[in-house]
Amino acid sequence: MSAPLLQELERGFAGLPIAQLDAGGLGASRRAQLAAALADGLPGARAERWRHTSLRALERRAFSPLPTATQADADAVASIPGPRLVFVNGTFSPSLSLLDGIPDGVEMTTLAQALAHGDARDVDFLARRFDAADETFARLNAAFALDGLLLRVADGVHCPTPIALVMLGATSSGDAAIHLRHLIELGEGARLTVCEYQLAASAQTHLVNSLAHVHLRRDARLDHVRVQNEAATATLVTRTDAVLGSAADYRRIDLELGAALSRHELNVALQGNGARVHAAGVLFADGRRHVDTRLNIEHIARDTACELNWRGLGADRGRVVFHGGIRIRAGADGTAAQLSNKNLLLSPHAEIDTQPVLEIHADEVQASHGATVGQLDDAALFYLRSRGVPEIEARTLLTLAFCRVVLDGVEDGALREQLDALLSARLPQVSA
Amino acid sequence: MLKIENLHVRIAGKEILKGLSLDVKPGEVHAIMGPNGAGKSTLGNVLAGREGYEITAGTVDFGDQDLLQLEPEERAAVGLFLAFQYPVEIPGVNNTYFLKAALNAQRRYRGEPELDSMQFLKLVREKLRVLHISDDLLHRAVNAGFSGGEKKRNEIFQMALLEPRLAILDETDSGLDIDALKMVAEGVNHMRSAQRAFVVITHYQRLLDYIVPDYVHVLAEGRIVESGDKTLAHKLERQGYAWLDERRVPERSPA
Repeated sequence: MSAPLLQELERGFAGLPIAQLDAGGLGASRRAQLAAALADGLPGARAERWRHTSLRALERRAFSPLPTATQADADAVASIPGPRLVFVNGTFSPSLSLLDGIPDGVEMTTLAQALAHGDARDVDFLARRFDAADETFARLNAAFALDGLLLRVADGVHCPTPIALVMLGATSSGDAAIHLRHLIELGEGARLTVCEYQLAASAQTHLVNSLAHVHLRRDARLDHVRVQNEAATATLVTRTDAVLGSAADYRRIDLELGAALSRHELNVALQGNGARVHAAGVLFADGRRHVDTRLNIEHIARDTACELNWRGLGADRGRVVFHGGIRIRAGADGTAAQLSNKNLLLSPHAEIDTQPVLEIHADEVQASHGATVGQLDDAALFYLRSRGVPEIEARTLLTLAFCRVVLDGVEDGALREQLDALLSARLPQVSA
Repeated sequence: MLKIENLHVRIAGKEILKGLSLDVKPGEVHAIMGPNGAGKSTLGNVLAGREGYEITAGTVDFGDQDLLQLEPEERAAVGLFLAFQYPVEIPGVNNTYFLKAALNAQRRYRGEPELDSMQFLKLVREKLRVLHISDDLLHRAVNAGFSGGEKKRNEIFQMALLEPRLAILDETDSGLDIDALKMVAEGVNHMRSAQRAFVVITHYQRLLDYIVPDYVHVLAEGRIVESGDKTLAHKLERQGYAWLDERRVPERSPA
């Protein structure tokens, strides 16, 4: 007997237009992935990769996978400069999107468009199978996703303006299961900045299951900023799979600031020699929110590097879960891997679980990892207060400073200021 | 202005200050000298309100207020400033932002209007010019990655900006080369006025060549054992602190 969540999805699948499901010759693959998800069920307490994130409350809820007609106010995206591609509850919104100013050599379209008109090459990534029993959400995404962002940058093209992908949640009749699938592909030597926003236009209670593929060819560089500031009632399951070719450079910042439950799995395969990933983020859980981020960095080729710098904040009864997995495969000599995860426990009722895991199968590597959970530095607090800054303000200032180091890697000054302002606005007034 | 009477302070059960008294009037500069472990830094920290010190007896009046009843930020707002022996590095907090927050919080407390960004920057420029400090420290995080000299310079700059009524300099000279030392002294001398007082805590007489005190006190074993004018500092320089042993009031032997 499968969970209500899966039953409702199965029922909904039958109601989706067959022409769309079969587009690109994907019908059989979609049905197979759904069958696999239903057969294995949702990952339970014994699934190692879900050990700290229980789905027991979620699996009893029902979400409809059928598209819902929703309107969202333009205010929610007004501050995000174009070009931007906006999805409201998983459906592309032409009125909120700004498609002008996309330079030559950058191809931006939606998955729905590609499925309707495109050749098979455009959508072949959708046929990927997910074999592990606990990849239920990826399988559901493979079965259901009919829309998303397709972004391709041609060899040698440097895109000067950031491109924004906005996923906007809004209340609609009933709880919806929203599936989006994205692809970002950079050709040899290409450069691009992508700003991915997961925002709320209203206090929605949907389940958003999104899966993004990032492919960077030789010498490509992608700066990828993801701001997750969803409604505190929303459920998000996000997965990013990145594959990096030789000397490719992937720089990523994740600000996890909202949602009742947010799970993000970031998988990076350093496949080409000299590929490097720099991933930093802030995980903030207040109220009764649960924020789970799981990194899985695979060093496959020689002279690859990762630098991972993550900060967690647990306030109220919030819970932060961080897993920093680095695996250095045999033959990946010359690898440099560095992971730091520092956490602040701002309330005695908050909980932080951090697990750095370093697995080394190569000989010549430089690797370090560290995780700490602590409180604000008393000496710094006293220093600020001794200059006249009231205690609550001093605590807030130090909390923000603790997170701000994550933004150091953002080279674009305007973007860094925007993210800083967002952090300032979102982080709590921290009481003693 | 500052009146300390019979102050007894313990840290983790161990008595550090054992009946210290000191009377500082507006316009005066008092130097407090003494050997390591005499309780010099404890005095500065207790006055500024640092946690972890247990005050078992005595009073501290600042103007007409009981200083010991005030929170650290309130002490700052009523005009007390401690220049730290070891200024704290705070990565991620911009120096200018911090100082504006501090100054405006003090002004709010005193019922004065806050300064807007333009007014604040004007004040900052003025202080920097007077102190001959370059403005690059404004753009950096508070003390983060500063050299020892830069940290002390930043303390003096903060003092100049916050314009306290009483400034306590806790071994501000420690670890400074002669140029940095002169800069610190210039900052203090520039701020000396009939309304403002200084308590200069130091291990060495050297700083007092540049900041000439009105009074010199010797702190040993938690009490002031000798007070005099600036010549006392020279005597200490020549003779060291060993001669103090005979001045110490013997501890009562345990029963």
